[in-house]
Amino acid sequence: MSLAWESATTPSEGHFLQRAKGAARDMLWVTQRNLIGLKRTPQLLVFATIQPVIFVLMFRYVFGGAINVPGIPYVDFLMPGIFVQTTVFGAMGAAIGLATDLKSGLLERFRSLPMARSAVLGGRTLADLARNSFVAALMAAVGFAVGFRIHTNALAFFAAMLLVLLFGYALCWVFAALGLAVGDPETAQAAAFPVMAPLVFASSAFVPVSSMPGWLQAFAEHQPVSVTASAVRALAIGGETATYVWQSVAWCLAIFVVSAFLAVRKYRQAA
Amino acid sequence: MTDIAVRTFGLVKRFGDLAALDGVDLEVETGTVFGLLGPNGAGKTTAVRVLSTTLAPDAGKAEVLGIDVVENPAAVRARIGLAGQFAAVDPSLTGWENLAIIGKLSQLPRKVAGARADELLERFDLVDAAHRPVRTYSGGMRRRLDIGAALVRRPPVLFLDEPTTGLDLHSRNELWKMIRELVTQGSTLLLTTQYLEEADQLAQRVAVIDGGKVIANDSPGALKDKLGSTVIEISWDDVGVAESAERIVARAVGTPPEREGGLIRIKSHEGTHVLIGVLRELDAGGLEPDQLAVREPSLDDVFLALTGKHAEPVDEPADIPVGSRV
Repeated sequence: MSLAWESATTPSEGHFLQRAKGAARDMLWVTQRNLIGLKRTPQLLVFATIQPVIFVLMFRYVFGGAINVPGIPYVDFLMPGIFVQTTVFGAMGAAIGLATDLKSGLLERFRSLPMARSAVLGGRTLADLARNSFVAALMAAVGFAVGFRIHTNALAFFAAMLLVLLFGYALCWVFAALGLAVGDPETAQAAAFPVMAPLVFASSAFVPVSSMPGWLQAFAEHQPVSVTASAVRALAIGGETATYVWQSVAWCLAIFVVSAFLAVRKYRQAA
Repeated sequence: MTDIAVRTFGLVKRFGDLAALDGVDLEVETGTVFGLLGPNGAGKTTAVRVLSTTLAPDAGKAEVLGIDVVENPAAVRARIGLAGQFAAVDPSLTGWENLAIIGKLSQLPRKVAGARADELLERFDLVDAAHRPVRTYSGGMRRRLDIGAALVRRPPVLFLDEPTTGLDLHSRNELWKMIRELVTQGSTLLLTTQYLEEADQLAQRVAVIDGGKVIANDSPGALKDKLGSTVIEISWDDVGVAESAERIVARAVGTPPEREGGLIRIKSHEGTHVLIGVLRELDAGGLEPDQLAVREPSLDDVFLALTGKHAEPVDEPADIPVGSRV
Protein backbone atom coordinates (compact mmCIF):
# COMPACT_ATOMS: atom_id res chain seq x y z
CA MET A 1 0.00 0.00 0.00
CA SER A 2 1.38 3.34 -0.92
CA LEU A 3 1.37 6.02 1.70
CA ALA A 4 1.94 8.85 -0.72
CA TRP A 5 0.51 12.09 0.50
CA GLU A 6 -2.83 12.92 -1.06
CA SER A 7 -4.09 16.43 -1.29
CA ALA A 8 -7.68 17.26 -0.53
CA THR A 9 -9.72 20.31 0.25
CA THR A 10 -11.22 20.30 3.68
CA PRO A 11 -14.61 21.85 4.47
CA SER A 12 -12.79 24.74 6.12
CA GLU A 13 -11.11 25.69 2.85
CA GLY A 14 -12.56 27.03 -0.36
CA HIS A 15 -15.64 28.99 -1.36
CA PHE A 16 -18.53 29.55 1.07
CA LEU A 17 -20.95 27.39 -0.93
CA GLN A 18 -18.38 24.59 -1.22
CA ARG A 19 -17.82 24.80 2.51
CA ALA A 20 -21.54 24.63 3.25
CA LYS A 21 -21.90 21.63 0.94
CA GLY A 22 -18.96 19.87 2.59
CA ALA A 23 -20.35 20.58 6.05
CA ALA A 24 -23.79 19.24 5.07
CA ARG A 25 -22.20 16.10 3.65
CA ASP A 26 -20.17 15.53 6.84
CA MET A 27 -23.29 16.05 8.94
CA LEU A 28 -25.20 13.42 6.93
CA TRP A 29 -22.38 10.89 7.38
CA VAL A 30 -22.47 11.44 11.14
CA THR A 31 -26.28 11.18 11.10
CA GLN A 32 -26.07 7.90 9.22
CA ARG A 33 -23.51 6.58 11.69
CA ASN A 34 -25.75 7.44 14.65
CA LEU A 35 -28.81 5.88 13.03
CA ILE A 36 -26.93 2.63 12.36
CA GLY A 37 -25.86 2.67 16.01
CA LEU A 38 -29.48 3.13 17.09
CA LYS A 39 -30.65 0.28 14.87
CA ARG A 40 -27.99 -2.07 16.27
CA THR A 41 -28.56 -1.20 19.92
CA PRO A 42 -31.88 -2.91 20.64
CA GLN A 43 -32.15 -1.56 24.19
CA LEU A 44 -32.18 1.99 22.79
CA LEU A 45 -34.96 1.17 20.34
CA VAL A 46 -36.93 -0.65 23.02
CA PHE A 47 -36.52 2.32 25.32
CA ALA A 48 -37.67 4.63 22.54
CA THR A 49 -40.75 2.59 21.54
CA ILE A 50 -41.94 0.17 24.26
CA GLN A 51 -41.64 2.65 27.10
CA PRO A 52 -44.00 5.27 25.57
CA VAL A 53 -46.47 2.53 24.62
CA ILE A 54 -46.51 1.40 28.26
CA PHE A 55 -47.17 5.03 29.30
CA VAL A 56 -50.13 5.18 26.94
CA LEU A 57 -51.62 1.92 28.19
CA MET A 58 -50.97 2.82 31.83
CA PHE A 59 -52.53 6.28 31.69
CA ARG A 60 -55.30 5.26 29.33
CA TYR A 61 -56.48 2.18 31.24
CA VAL A 62 -54.99 2.34 34.77
CA PHE A 63 -54.86 5.98 35.92
CA GLY A 64 -57.18 7.45 33.32
CA GLY A 65 -60.37 6.38 35.07
CA ALA A 66 -59.42 8.44 38.12
CA ILE A 67 -58.47 11.56 36.15
CA ASN A 68 -61.32 13.86 35.29
CA VAL A 69 -60.91 16.27 32.39
CA PRO A 70 -63.98 18.42 31.85
CA GLY A 71 -65.46 18.46 28.36
CA ILE A 72 -63.41 15.83 26.47
CA PRO A 73 -62.62 12.09 26.75
CA TYR A 74 -59.38 11.56 28.76
CA VAL A 75 -57.69 9.77 25.85
CA ASP A 76 -57.99 12.91 23.70
CA PHE A 77 -56.43 14.93 26.53
CA LEU A 78 -53.74 12.32 27.15
CA MET A 79 -52.31 11.67 23.68
CA PRO A 80 -50.98 15.19 22.98
CA GLY A 81 -49.26 14.99 26.40
CA ILE A 82 -47.81 11.60 25.47
CA PHE A 83 -46.42 12.96 22.18
CA VAL A 84 -44.56 15.69 24.06
CA GLN A 85 -43.44 13.41 26.91
CA THR A 86 -42.03 10.91 24.42
CA THR A 87 -39.80 13.50 22.76
CA VAL A 88 -38.56 14.70 26.15
CA PHE A 89 -37.57 11.17 27.17
CA GLY A 90 -36.14 10.51 23.70
CA ALA A 91 -33.93 13.60 23.82
CA MET A 92 -31.96 11.91 26.58
CA GLY A 93 -30.41 9.77 23.85
CA ALA A 94 -28.35 12.78 22.76
CA ALA A 95 -26.83 13.06 26.25
CA ILE A 96 -26.00 9.36 26.49
CA GLY A 97 -24.73 9.13 22.89
CA LEU A 98 -22.41 12.13 23.10
CA ALA A 99 -21.13 11.18 26.55
CA THR A 100 -20.33 7.70 25.19
CA ASP A 101 -18.48 9.15 22.19
CA LEU A 102 -16.57 11.54 24.41
CA LYS A 103 -15.53 8.80 26.81
CA SER A 104 -14.53 6.35 24.07
CA GLY A 105 -12.26 8.87 22.36
CA LEU A 106 -14.37 9.03 19.19
CA LEU A 107 -14.95 12.76 19.56
CA GLU A 108 -11.20 13.24 19.87
CA ARG A 109 -10.73 11.32 16.64
CA PHE A 110 -13.44 13.33 14.85
CA ARG A 111 -11.75 16.51 16.01
CA SER A 112 -8.47 15.39 14.44
CA LEU A 113 -10.12 14.75 11.04
CA PRO A 114 -10.31 17.31 8.23
CA MET A 115 -14.10 17.50 8.62
CA ALA A 116 -16.56 20.30 9.40
CA ARG A 117 -16.54 21.13 13.11
CA SER A 118 -20.33 21.45 13.14
CA ALA A 119 -20.96 17.94 11.82
CA VAL A 120 -20.74 15.98 15.07
CA LEU A 121 -23.41 17.90 16.98
CA GLY A 122 -25.46 18.58 13.86
CA GLY A 123 -25.40 14.91 12.87
CA ARG A 124 -26.22 13.73 16.37
CA THR A 125 -29.29 15.98 16.69
CA LEU A 126 -30.41 15.21 13.14
CA ALA A 127 -30.30 11.47 13.91
CA ASP A 128 -32.37 12.14 17.04
CA LEU A 129 -34.86 14.11 14.94
CA ALA A 130 -35.18 11.14 12.57
CA ARG A 131 -35.74 8.79 15.49
CA ASN A 132 -38.29 11.19 17.03
CA SER A 133 -40.20 11.31 13.73
CA PHE A 134 -40.42 7.54 13.68
CA VAL A 135 -41.46 7.34 17.32
CA ALA A 136 -44.03 10.14 16.91
CA ALA A 137 -45.64 8.31 13.98
CA LEU A 138 -45.69 5.12 16.02
CA MET A 139 -47.29 6.89 18.99
CA ALA A 140 -49.92 8.45 16.75
CA ALA A 141 -50.81 4.96 15.51
CA VAL A 142 -50.94 3.62 19.07
CA GLY A 143 -53.09 6.60 20.05
CA PHE A 144 -55.63 5.96 17.31
CA ALA A 145 -55.70 2.29 18.31
CA VAL A 146 -56.67 3.13 21.91
CA GLY A 147 -59.41 5.56 20.87
CA PHE A 148 -57.72 8.92 20.31
CA ARG A 149 -59.56 11.07 17.73
CA ILE A 150 -58.66 14.34 16.03
CA HIS A 151 -61.43 16.90 16.48
CA THR A 152 -59.99 19.43 14.04
CA ASN A 153 -58.50 18.35 10.73
CA ALA A 154 -55.55 16.41 9.34
CA LEU A 155 -53.58 19.54 8.46
CA ALA A 156 -53.86 20.93 12.00
CA PHE A 157 -52.80 17.56 13.40
CA PHE A 158 -49.81 17.49 11.05
CA ALA A 159 -48.84 20.96 12.29
CA ALA A 160 -49.17 19.67 15.85
CA MET A 161 -46.75 16.82 15.14
CA LEU A 162 -44.29 19.25 13.53
CA LEU A 163 -44.41 21.33 16.69
CA VAL A 164 -43.70 18.19 18.74
CA LEU A 165 -40.67 17.45 16.55
CA LEU A 166 -39.44 21.05 16.80
CA PHE A 167 -39.72 20.84 20.59
CA GLY A 168 -37.88 17.50 20.60
CA TYR A 169 -35.12 18.93 18.42
CA ALA A 170 -34.59 21.92 20.71
CA LEU A 171 -34.44 19.61 23.74
CA CYS A 172 -31.81 17.42 22.06
CA TRP A 173 -29.44 20.39 22.30
CA VAL A 174 -30.11 20.67 26.04
CA PHE A 175 -29.18 17.05 26.49
CA ALA A 176 -26.25 17.34 24.06
CA ALA A 177 -24.80 20.07 26.27
CA LEU A 178 -25.49 17.97 29.35
CA GLY A 179 -23.87 14.84 27.88
CA LEU A 180 -20.73 16.76 26.89
CA ALA A 181 -20.59 18.43 30.31
CA VAL A 182 -20.70 15.18 32.30
CA GLY A 183 -18.70 13.11 29.79
CA ASP A 184 -19.83 9.68 30.99
CA PRO A 185 -22.94 7.78 29.81
CA GLU A 186 -24.04 6.50 33.24
CA THR A 187 -23.67 9.95 34.79
CA ALA A 188 -25.45 11.46 31.80
CA GLN A 189 -28.42 9.19 32.37
CA ALA A 190 -28.46 9.95 36.09
CA ALA A 191 -28.12 13.70 35.47
CA ALA A 192 -30.80 13.76 32.78
CA PHE A 193 -33.58 12.35 34.96
CA PRO A 194 -33.81 15.24 37.45
CA VAL A 195 -34.00 17.62 34.46
CA MET A 196 -36.77 15.62 32.79
CA ALA A 197 -38.95 14.49 35.70
CA PRO A 198 -40.24 17.90 36.88
CA LEU A 199 -40.72 19.05 33.29
CA VAL A 200 -42.75 15.99 32.33
CA PHE A 201 -44.71 15.29 35.52
CA ALA A 202 -45.25 18.81 36.89
CA SER A 203 -46.97 19.68 33.63
CA SER A 204 -50.27 19.42 31.87
CA ALA A 205 -49.00 16.38 29.92
CA PHE A 206 -51.06 13.84 31.89
CA VAL A 207 -53.39 15.79 34.18
CA PRO A 208 -55.00 19.25 34.04
CA VAL A 209 -52.87 21.84 35.84
CA SER A 210 -55.99 22.98 37.74
CA SER A 211 -55.79 19.77 39.81
CA MET A 212 -52.38 20.80 41.26
CA PRO A 213 -51.76 22.93 44.38
CA GLY A 214 -51.63 26.67 43.72
CA TRP A 215 -47.86 27.11 44.21
CA LEU A 216 -47.16 24.41 41.63
CA GLN A 217 -49.73 25.72 39.14
CA ALA A 218 -47.68 28.86 38.49
CA PHE A 219 -44.74 26.72 37.31
CA ALA A 220 -46.80 23.99 35.66
CA GLU A 221 -48.88 26.44 33.68
CA HIS A 222 -46.02 28.20 31.90
CA GLN A 223 -43.19 25.68 31.60
CA PRO A 224 -42.34 24.50 28.06
CA VAL A 225 -43.77 20.95 28.27
CA SER A 226 -47.18 22.26 29.39
CA VAL A 227 -47.24 25.06 26.85
CA THR A 228 -46.31 22.67 24.05
CA ALA A 229 -48.81 20.02 25.21
CA SER A 230 -51.51 22.71 25.29
CA ALA A 231 -50.53 23.90 21.80
CA VAL A 232 -50.68 20.34 20.45
CA ARG A 233 -54.06 19.84 22.16
CA ALA A 234 -55.41 23.04 20.67
CA LEU A 235 -54.27 22.00 17.21
CA ALA A 236 -55.61 18.44 17.52
CA ILE A 237 -58.86 18.91 19.42
CA GLY A 238 -59.59 22.59 18.95
CA GLY A 239 -59.76 25.68 21.14
CA GLU A 240 -57.56 28.71 21.57
CA THR A 241 -54.62 27.91 19.24
CA ALA A 242 -52.50 30.94 18.43
CA THR A 243 -51.37 31.88 21.95
CA TYR A 244 -50.15 28.43 22.91
CA VAL A 245 -48.53 27.75 19.54
CA TRP A 246 -46.56 31.00 19.58
CA GLN A 247 -45.58 30.52 23.21
CA SER A 248 -44.40 27.02 22.40
CA VAL A 249 -42.41 28.14 19.34
CA ALA A 250 -40.85 30.90 21.44
CA TRP A 251 -39.85 28.34 24.08
CA CYS A 252 -38.36 26.08 21.38
CA LEU A 253 -36.28 28.90 19.91
CA ALA A 254 -35.11 30.12 23.31
CA ILE A 255 -34.16 26.59 24.42
CA PHE A 256 -32.40 25.94 21.12
CA VAL A 257 -30.38 29.16 21.10
CA VAL A 258 -29.20 28.89 24.71
CA SER A 259 -28.46 25.16 24.74
CA ALA A 260 -26.86 25.08 21.27
CA PHE A 261 -24.53 27.87 22.40
CA LEU A 262 -23.62 25.87 25.52
CA ALA A 263 -23.27 22.58 23.62
CA VAL A 264 -21.00 24.08 20.94
CA ARG A 265 -18.86 25.69 23.63
CA LYS A 266 -18.59 22.37 25.50
CA TYR A 267 -17.74 20.57 22.26
CA ARG A 268 -14.89 22.97 21.54
CA GLN A 269 -13.46 22.42 25.03
CA ALA A 270 -14.18 18.71 25.18
CA ALA A 271 -12.14 15.67 24.20
CA MET B 1 9.53 19.53 1.87
CA THR B 2 11.54 20.14 4.98
CA ASP B 3 13.56 17.36 6.60
CA ILE B 4 11.82 17.99 9.88
CA ALA B 5 8.24 16.66 9.89
CA VAL B 6 7.26 17.63 13.42
CA ARG B 7 8.73 20.44 15.46
CA THR B 8 7.82 22.06 18.76
CA PHE B 9 9.49 24.98 20.51
CA GLY B 10 8.90 25.82 24.14
CA LEU B 11 5.51 24.16 24.15
CA VAL B 12 3.52 24.85 27.32
CA LYS B 13 0.10 23.53 28.33
CA ARG B 14 -1.33 24.04 31.81
CA PHE B 15 -4.35 22.39 33.40
CA GLY B 16 -4.99 24.65 36.39
CA ASP B 17 -1.80 24.62 38.45
CA LEU B 18 -0.42 21.57 36.71
CA ALA B 19 1.97 22.17 33.81
CA ALA B 20 1.32 19.12 31.62
CA LEU B 21 3.85 20.49 29.13
CA ASP B 22 6.49 22.79 30.57
CA GLY B 23 8.58 24.03 27.66
CA VAL B 24 8.91 21.05 25.33
CA ASP B 25 11.26 21.22 22.33
CA LEU B 26 11.12 18.31 19.89
CA GLU B 27 12.25 17.69 16.34
CA VAL B 28 11.17 14.61 14.39
CA GLU B 29 12.95 13.92 11.14
CA THR B 30 10.84 13.01 8.13
CA GLY B 31 10.61 9.28 7.53
CA THR B 32 11.62 8.23 11.04
CA VAL B 33 9.97 6.87 14.17
CA PHE B 34 10.29 9.13 17.17
CA GLY B 35 9.54 7.68 20.61
CA LEU B 36 8.19 9.81 23.41
CA LEU B 37 8.95 7.79 26.53
CA GLY B 38 7.59 8.57 29.97
CA PRO B 39 5.42 7.38 32.85
CA ASN B 40 1.69 8.08 33.25
CA GLY B 41 1.06 11.80 33.57
CA ALA B 42 4.42 12.82 32.09
CA GLY B 43 2.74 14.88 29.35
CA LYS B 44 2.97 12.42 26.43
CA THR B 45 -0.72 12.45 25.59
CA THR B 46 -0.93 16.22 26.00
CA ALA B 47 1.90 16.62 23.49
CA VAL B 48 0.13 14.35 20.99
CA ARG B 49 -3.16 16.22 21.46
CA VAL B 50 -1.52 19.58 20.82
CA LEU B 51 0.22 18.23 17.71
CA SER B 52 -3.00 16.68 16.40
CA THR B 53 -4.86 20.02 16.91
CA THR B 54 -7.38 18.73 19.44
CA LEU B 55 -5.91 20.82 22.26
CA ALA B 56 -4.58 24.39 22.02
CA PRO B 57 -1.22 25.10 23.71
CA ASP B 58 -0.88 27.96 26.21
CA ALA B 59 2.53 29.01 24.90
CA GLY B 60 5.17 27.97 22.40
CA LYS B 61 4.80 26.72 18.87
CA ALA B 62 4.10 23.39 17.24
CA GLU B 63 4.42 22.65 13.54
CA VAL B 64 3.57 19.63 11.44
CA LEU B 65 5.24 19.62 8.01
CA GLY B 66 6.01 23.29 8.57
CA ILE B 67 2.34 24.18 9.26
CA ASP B 68 1.49 25.83 12.57
CA VAL B 69 -1.10 23.76 14.47
CA VAL B 70 -2.74 26.83 16.00
CA GLU B 71 -2.77 29.08 12.94
CA ASN B 72 -3.91 26.49 10.42
CA PRO B 73 -5.37 23.46 12.19
CA ALA B 74 -7.46 22.40 9.17
CA ALA B 75 -4.37 22.03 6.98
CA VAL B 76 -2.65 20.03 9.73
CA ARG B 77 -5.68 17.73 10.10
CA ALA B 78 -5.56 17.01 6.37
CA ARG B 79 -2.00 15.69 6.79
CA ILE B 80 -2.07 13.61 9.97
CA GLY B 81 -3.46 10.37 11.32
CA LEU B 82 -4.16 9.92 15.02
CA ALA B 83 -4.66 6.78 17.06
CA GLY B 84 -5.32 7.88 20.62
CA GLN B 85 -4.74 6.04 23.85
CA PHE B 86 -8.06 4.21 23.70
CA ALA B 87 -9.29 2.40 20.61
CA ALA B 88 -11.60 5.13 19.31
CA VAL B 89 -13.87 3.02 17.15
CA ASP B 90 -17.66 2.81 17.20
CA PRO B 91 -18.71 -0.52 18.74
CA SER B 92 -22.08 -0.62 16.94
CA LEU B 93 -20.58 -0.20 13.47
CA THR B 94 -18.78 -3.01 11.68
CA GLY B 95 -15.06 -2.79 11.08
CA TRP B 96 -15.69 -1.86 7.45
CA GLU B 97 -18.24 0.82 8.37
CA ASN B 98 -15.85 2.33 10.92
CA LEU B 99 -13.08 2.71 8.35
CA ALA B 100 -15.45 3.90 5.62
CA ILE B 101 -16.95 6.68 7.72
CA ILE B 102 -13.51 7.91 8.78
CA GLY B 103 -12.61 7.97 5.07
CA LYS B 104 -15.76 9.88 4.14
CA LEU B 105 -15.26 12.35 6.99
CA SER B 106 -11.68 12.76 5.79
CA GLN B 107 -13.16 14.05 2.51
CA LEU B 108 -12.36 10.98 0.42
CA PRO B 109 -14.94 10.28 -2.28
CA ARG B 110 -17.37 7.60 -1.14
CA LYS B 111 -16.03 4.89 -3.44
CA VAL B 112 -12.43 5.60 -2.53
CA ALA B 113 -13.31 5.47 1.17
CA GLY B 114 -14.92 2.05 0.67
CA ALA B 115 -11.98 0.71 -1.32
CA ARG B 116 -9.57 1.99 1.31
CA ALA B 117 -11.59 0.26 4.03
CA ASP B 118 -11.30 -3.06 2.13
CA GLU B 119 -7.58 -2.57 1.66
CA LEU B 120 -6.91 -1.75 5.33
CA LEU B 121 -9.01 -4.65 6.63
CA GLU B 122 -6.99 -6.97 4.44
CA ARG B 123 -3.73 -5.50 5.59
CA PHE B 124 -4.64 -5.59 9.28
CA ASP B 125 -5.87 -9.16 9.04
CA LEU B 126 -9.50 -8.28 9.81
CA VAL B 127 -11.16 -9.51 6.60
CA ASP B 128 -13.07 -12.29 8.37
CA ALA B 129 -14.47 -9.83 10.91
CA ALA B 130 -15.01 -7.00 8.42
CA HIS B 131 -18.81 -7.12 8.54
CA ARG B 132 -19.24 -7.88 12.21
CA PRO B 133 -20.00 -5.11 14.71
CA VAL B 134 -16.85 -4.02 16.49
CA ARG B 135 -18.43 -4.83 19.87
CA THR B 136 -17.66 -8.48 19.06
CA TYR B 137 -13.93 -7.76 18.48
CA SER B 138 -11.14 -8.63 20.91
CA GLY B 139 -8.96 -5.88 22.35
CA GLY B 140 -6.19 -6.62 19.87
CA MET B 141 -8.58 -6.50 16.90
CA ARG B 142 -10.00 -3.15 18.05
CA ARG B 143 -6.50 -1.77 18.39
CA ARG B 144 -5.60 -2.88 14.86
CA LEU B 145 -8.79 -1.35 13.49
CA ASP B 146 -8.07 1.85 15.39
CA ILE B 147 -4.63 2.12 13.84
CA GLY B 148 -6.16 1.29 10.46
CA ALA B 149 -8.53 4.22 10.99
CA ALA B 150 -5.53 6.50 11.47
CA LEU B 151 -4.17 5.33 8.09
CA VAL B 152 -7.32 5.79 6.00
CA ARG B 153 -6.12 9.07 4.53
CA ARG B 154 -2.59 7.70 4.00
CA PRO B 155 -1.29 10.58 6.06
CA PRO B 156 2.38 11.50 5.81
CA VAL B 157 2.54 12.04 9.60
CA LEU B 158 1.13 9.61 12.16
CA PHE B 159 0.64 10.00 15.90
CA LEU B 160 0.19 6.82 17.91
CA ASP B 161 -0.48 7.28 21.62
CA GLU B 162 0.60 4.17 23.55
CA PRO B 163 -0.35 1.90 20.65
CA THR B 164 0.48 -1.38 22.39
CA THR B 165 -0.93 -0.69 25.86
CA GLY B 166 -3.28 -3.52 26.77
CA LEU B 167 -2.19 -5.78 23.90
CA ASP B 168 -1.00 -9.33 24.35
CA LEU B 169 2.50 -10.26 23.23
CA HIS B 170 1.42 -11.64 19.87
CA SER B 171 -0.68 -8.60 18.92
CA ARG B 172 2.10 -6.33 20.10
CA ASN B 173 4.65 -8.01 17.86
CA GLU B 174 2.27 -7.82 14.91
CA LEU B 175 1.77 -4.14 15.50
CA TRP B 176 5.51 -3.54 15.75
CA LYS B 177 5.91 -5.23 12.39
CA MET B 178 3.28 -2.97 10.82
CA ILE B 179 4.84 0.15 12.27
CA ARG B 180 8.23 -0.80 10.79
CA GLU B 181 6.59 -1.36 7.40
CA LEU B 182 4.89 2.01 7.47
CA VAL B 183 8.14 3.79 8.07
CA THR B 184 9.93 2.01 5.25
CA GLN B 185 7.18 3.43 3.02
CA GLY B 186 8.09 6.96 4.01
CA SER B 187 5.70 7.88 6.84
CA THR B 188 6.86 9.87 9.82
CA LEU B 189 5.67 8.47 13.08
CA LEU B 190 5.58 9.86 16.59
CA LEU B 191 4.65 7.27 19.16
CA THR B 192 4.37 7.49 22.90
CA THR B 193 5.17 4.59 25.16
CA GLN B 194 5.85 3.63 28.74
CA TYR B 195 8.16 0.83 27.66
CA LEU B 196 11.83 1.32 26.99
CA GLU B 197 11.88 -1.90 25.01
CA GLU B 198 9.22 -0.59 22.62
CA ALA B 199 11.08 2.65 22.02
CA ASP B 200 14.28 0.65 21.52
CA GLN B 201 12.61 -1.71 19.04
CA LEU B 202 10.94 0.95 16.91
CA ALA B 203 12.36 4.42 17.31
CA GLN B 204 15.40 6.01 15.74
CA ARG B 205 15.29 8.66 18.41
CA VAL B 206 13.79 8.77 21.88
CA ALA B 207 12.86 11.72 24.07
CA VAL B 208 12.30 10.89 27.72
CA ILE B 209 9.65 13.15 29.20
CA ASP B 210 8.87 13.70 32.87
CA GLY B 211 6.66 16.33 34.52
CA GLY B 212 6.14 18.04 31.15
CA LYS B 213 9.87 18.43 30.49
CA VAL B 214 12.18 16.57 28.12
CA ILE B 215 14.90 15.12 30.35
CA ALA B 216 16.79 13.19 27.66
CA ASN B 217 16.77 13.15 23.86
CA ASP B 218 19.00 10.59 22.25
CA SER B 219 19.15 7.44 20.14
CA PRO B 220 17.84 4.37 21.98
CA GLY B 221 21.29 2.80 21.71
CA ALA B 222 22.94 5.73 23.45
CA LEU B 223 20.26 5.68 26.16
CA LYS B 224 20.78 1.99 26.77
CA ASP B 225 24.55 2.39 26.83
CA LYS B 226 24.16 4.68 29.78
CA LEU B 227 22.05 2.05 31.51
CA GLY B 228 23.63 -1.26 30.72
CA SER B 229 21.63 -3.72 28.73
CA THR B 230 20.76 -6.11 31.56
CA VAL B 231 19.73 -5.38 35.12
CA ILE B 232 20.55 -7.89 37.86
CA GLU B 233 18.84 -7.37 41.19
CA ILE B 234 19.78 -9.38 44.26
CA SER B 235 18.33 -8.71 47.65
CA TRP B 236 18.41 -9.74 51.27
CA ASP B 237 15.74 -9.22 53.85
CA ASP B 238 18.52 -8.23 56.28
CA VAL B 239 20.08 -4.89 55.30
CA GLY B 240 23.25 -5.71 57.27
CA VAL B 241 23.88 -8.77 55.11
CA ALA B 242 23.27 -6.70 51.98
CA GLU B 243 25.93 -4.25 53.13
CA SER B 244 28.51 -7.05 53.36
CA ALA B 245 27.34 -8.41 50.02
CA GLU B 246 27.76 -4.97 48.43
CA ARG B 247 31.51 -5.14 49.07
CA ILE B 248 31.78 -8.62 47.58
CA VAL B 249 29.74 -7.55 44.50
CA ALA B 250 31.88 -4.47 44.02
CA ARG B 251 34.97 -6.66 44.01
CA ALA B 252 33.44 -9.18 41.59
CA VAL B 253 32.10 -6.58 39.13
CA GLY B 254 34.91 -4.11 39.45
CA THR B 255 32.64 -1.09 40.13
CA PRO B 256 30.44 -0.37 43.13
CA PRO B 257 26.78 -1.42 42.49
CA GLU B 258 23.68 0.60 43.40
CA ARG B 259 22.18 -0.34 46.74
CA GLU B 260 18.79 0.59 48.18
CA GLY B 261 18.35 -0.94 51.63
CA GLY B 262 18.58 -4.68 51.16
CA LEU B 263 18.51 -4.49 47.34
CA ILE B 264 21.64 -4.45 45.19
CA ARG B 265 21.28 -3.52 41.51
CA ILE B 266 23.97 -4.30 38.91
CA LYS B 267 23.72 -3.00 35.33
CA SER B 268 25.87 -4.68 32.76
CA HIS B 269 26.35 -5.30 29.07
CA GLU B 270 27.58 -8.82 29.85
CA GLY B 271 24.75 -10.13 31.95
CA THR B 272 25.57 -13.84 31.98
CA HIS B 273 29.22 -13.42 32.73
CA VAL B 274 28.65 -10.90 35.50
CA LEU B 275 25.85 -12.92 37.10
CA ILE B 276 27.96 -16.08 37.28
CA GLY B 277 30.89 -14.18 38.73
CA VAL B 278 28.79 -12.40 41.33
CA LEU B 279 26.99 -15.57 42.45
CA ARG B 280 30.26 -17.50 42.68
CA GLU B 281 31.81 -14.82 44.91
CA LEU B 282 28.69 -14.53 47.07
CA ASP B 283 28.53 -18.30 47.46
CA ALA B 284 32.21 -18.38 48.47
CA GLY B 285 31.43 -15.68 51.06
CA GLY B 286 28.49 -17.74 52.35
CA LEU B 287 25.93 -15.07 51.35
CA GLU B 288 23.06 -16.70 49.52
CA PRO B 289 20.63 -14.04 48.22
CA ASP B 290 17.01 -14.13 49.43
CA GLN B 291 15.72 -12.90 46.07
CA LEU B 292 17.25 -12.73 42.62
CA ALA B 293 15.87 -11.14 39.44
CA VAL B 294 17.38 -10.60 36.03
CA ARG B 295 15.59 -8.30 33.61
CA GLU B 296 15.87 -5.91 30.69
CA PRO B 297 16.18 -2.25 31.72
CA SER B 298 12.78 -0.65 32.24
CA LEU B 299 11.50 2.88 32.10
CA ASP B 300 12.12 2.97 35.83
CA ASP B 301 15.82 2.22 35.28
CA VAL B 302 15.97 5.05 32.74
CA PHE B 303 14.47 7.36 35.32
CA LEU B 304 16.77 6.21 38.04
CA ALA B 305 19.75 6.79 35.77
CA LEU B 306 18.57 10.18 34.50
CA THR B 307 17.00 11.71 37.57
CA GLY B 308 18.09 9.59 40.52
CA LYS B 309 14.43 8.99 41.39
CA HIS B 310 11.93 6.31 40.50
CA ALA B 311 9.28 6.81 37.85
CA GLU B 312 5.77 6.60 39.23
CA PRO B 313 4.76 2.98 39.60
CA VAL B 314 3.86 1.59 36.19
CA ASP B 315 2.99 -1.91 35.06
CA GLU B 316 6.19 -3.22 33.63
CA PRO B 317 5.97 -6.50 31.75
CA ALA B 318 9.75 -6.61 31.50
CA ASP B 319 10.39 -8.81 34.54
CA ILE B 320 11.80 -12.07 33.33
CA PRO B 321 12.07 -15.08 35.62
CA VAL B 322 15.61 -16.15 36.47
CA GLY B 323 17.04 -18.49 33.88
CA SER B 324 14.85 -17.57 30.95
CA ARG B 325 17.15 -14.93 29.57
CA VAL B 326 20.30 -13.26 30.86
